[in-house]
Amino acid sequence: MISESRSSEEDNVAGDLAEGSTLSVRDLKVHFPINTGFLIRRQTGAVKAVDGVSFDIAPGETLGLVGESGSGKTTTGRAILQLQRPTAGSVEFRGVELTGVSAKNMRPFRSEMQIIFQDPYVSLNPRMSAGRIVEEPLTVHGLSGDKNQRRNRVAELLDRVGMNPAMMGRYPHEFSGGQRQRIGIARALAGEPSFIVCDEPVSALDVSIQAQILNLLSDLQVEFNISYLFIAHDLSVVRHISDRVAVMYLGKIMELASSAELYENPMHPYTRALMSAVPIPDPVLERQRERIVLTGDMPSPINPPTGCVFRTRCPIATQECAEVLPELSDRGDRHQVACIKV
Amino acid sequence: MSDVPVSETDSPHLLEVRDLATRFSTADGYVQAVDGVSFHIDEGETLGLVGESGCGKSVTSLSVMRLIPNPPGEITAGSVIFEGTDLQQISEREMRRVRGGSIGMIFQEPMTSLNPVLTIGRQITEALELHLDLKRTAARNRAVEILARVGLPDSARRFDDYPHQLSGGQRQRAMIAIAISCNPRLLIADEATTALDVTIQAQILELLQELCDELKMALLIITHNLGVVARYAQRVAVMYAGKIIESGMADQIYASPRHPYTKGLLSSVPRLDAPAGRRLTSIEGEIPDLANLPEGCAFAPRCRWAVDRCRIESPPLTSENGDHTAACWEQDQVALDATSGLRSS
Repeated sequence: MISESRSSEEDNVAGDLAEGSTLSVRDLKVHFPINTGFLIRRQTGAVKAVDGVSFDIAPGETLGLVGESGSGKTTTGRAILQLQRPTAGSVEFRGVELTGVSAKNMRPFRSEMQIIFQDPYVSLNPRMSAGRIVEEPLTVHGLSGDKNQRRNRVAELLDRVGMNPAMMGRYPHEFSGGQRQRIGIARALAGEPSFIVCDEPVSALDVSIQAQILNLLSDLQVEFNISYLFIAHDLSVVRHISDRVAVMYLGKIMELASSAELYENPMHPYTRALMSAVPIPDPVLERQRERIVLTGDMPSPINPPTGCVFRTRCPIATQECAEVLPELSDRGDRHQVACIKV
Repeated sequence: MSDVPVSETDSPHLLEVRDLATRFSTADGYVQAVDGVSFHIDEGETLGLVGESGCGKSVTSLSVMRLIPNPPGEITAGSVIFEGTDLQQISEREMRRVRGGSIGMIFQEPMTSLNPVLTIGRQITEALELHLDLKRTAARNRAVEILARVGLPDSARRFDDYPHQLSGGQRQRAMIAIAISCNPRLLIADEATTALDVTIQAQILELLQELCDELKMALLIITHNLGVVARYAQRVAVMYAGKIIESGMADQIYASPRHPYTKGLLSSVPRLDAPAGRRLTSIEGEIPDLANLPEGCAFAPRCRWAVDRCRIESPPLTSENGDHTAACWEQDQVALDATSGLRSS
């Protein structure tokens, strides 16, 4: 089913498929069924967590995915890694279609595509030492030969992420949040990945530690030419680390542009509101900034608004917005916006 | 910090905290969570108390309200003068009239600070009946009015809702409604918007600012977010390891920080308006363990300006420039250094 929808779209998609992308995502959808009934279970609806998302990531590039809770950014990351099977759409990693690939055939990609999680305390096994945590991918994927070689490799990886290899024998609870995140990064690096999904990697960290981890991620990217999908709710952080940024709202991409372009020329009303809601640590500048305060909460993804999903909170929405589904269209310079009003 | 000679409980300020010290007894011995903190807030003013986790900012606000669980916690020194009364000296009964009465509080997690088995309306009328001696119907009418004022849609119906029926932003609005119901002179917002999405955070903060202007309330914003403080506070106090290490007008602190920690914090935050790809200057090392603080200045092990004296003697908060105070022996050098000056790691 998935390959069919892919081939029917092949013609119009092939044109904008960037040459040599590490990752190509086309019209990705993840719908979670809602079942009701006790004896006779019937699907009565669906949570449209991700609803038609498309983007490319070039080798060594960082694409930022920003959005508020429930926007579908984490589900997008998981669907790319096939940790959550997409309902429809295509995910192509270095030219290979991943949707529909069996768990067994997915394994060779598991070392090349890695993930770093938000809370390193939950994502590290508390009963394994730091050394074993980093070593596990080496064993699983049969990398780095015998026990001694693996041990050296673990020491090297820990050293690379700024940890003292002598701490290899310690357990996650003995480390600070920043150190745990470094272990998580070392574990991801062990598989020699060319692509890492960074899912809110610095959100749980204090400001001074956050900067250390962001710098580390930038350095590793340059050194190993890794592509990142950097998922976060903090627009300042995302803009800082990303080459391009996609703004998500209720399962859809509202705007996608280069980091510089997004700040200088935000076009979508949601991006503009999001931007104005983020305070800048400069009181003088803050007094001059325009403040757009959105009313209400994000609607439920079970029953999203018709037409444009943002229209219920949009300051410039008209009747037309309820009827027309806005397409993500290019406004020049690879700046894509999904809005019929701008 | 008080420059006017005053008697014990005489203060020209709405709230004046003097040399407050709070410690906790732990398995590793005493931990001095708040170590000689002094600050003041004037009528209608907004003060931002900033710092990273474990710096003592929340313990400071809980100490002001005498909400430190004892044991293990204990306020060991200092006075908290509010409208001419030392809150440390009054009885628990009198203190209960202050909490939720002339001082309102809102916390980070409305789901845990609201009572889950009482309706939103009942939680407001409870406060109104206790503090303002309103009768039931009068209290109900006033509560509906307040719920409408904080922007809770359909407030008459929301009155009978339980906290779990509201969204995160609505719960925080309900918390604000409870906090402002008895016309407090001071509102303490302890990480009140940290758990909220950024557009909801903006809604809540704008609401707080409006309410403060309208009701002439003073606001103490406790947060780790330097941007929030820059946008809403007139004055700022920065905490590190249980002490205020710098304080002054927001404009001064952000434009010319005198303490290396403040300087480091400001340069390690990714700014929305900064050119993309700029490298962040991070502060080396980790936040110190309060149970095991270094001798001298607590920031010295992470500081590139540290000299021998810093490792022996703890610097006092001194003023070189009117209101602007900093606790650093080398603050003149730090202030002169145009670069952010911290080693990048």
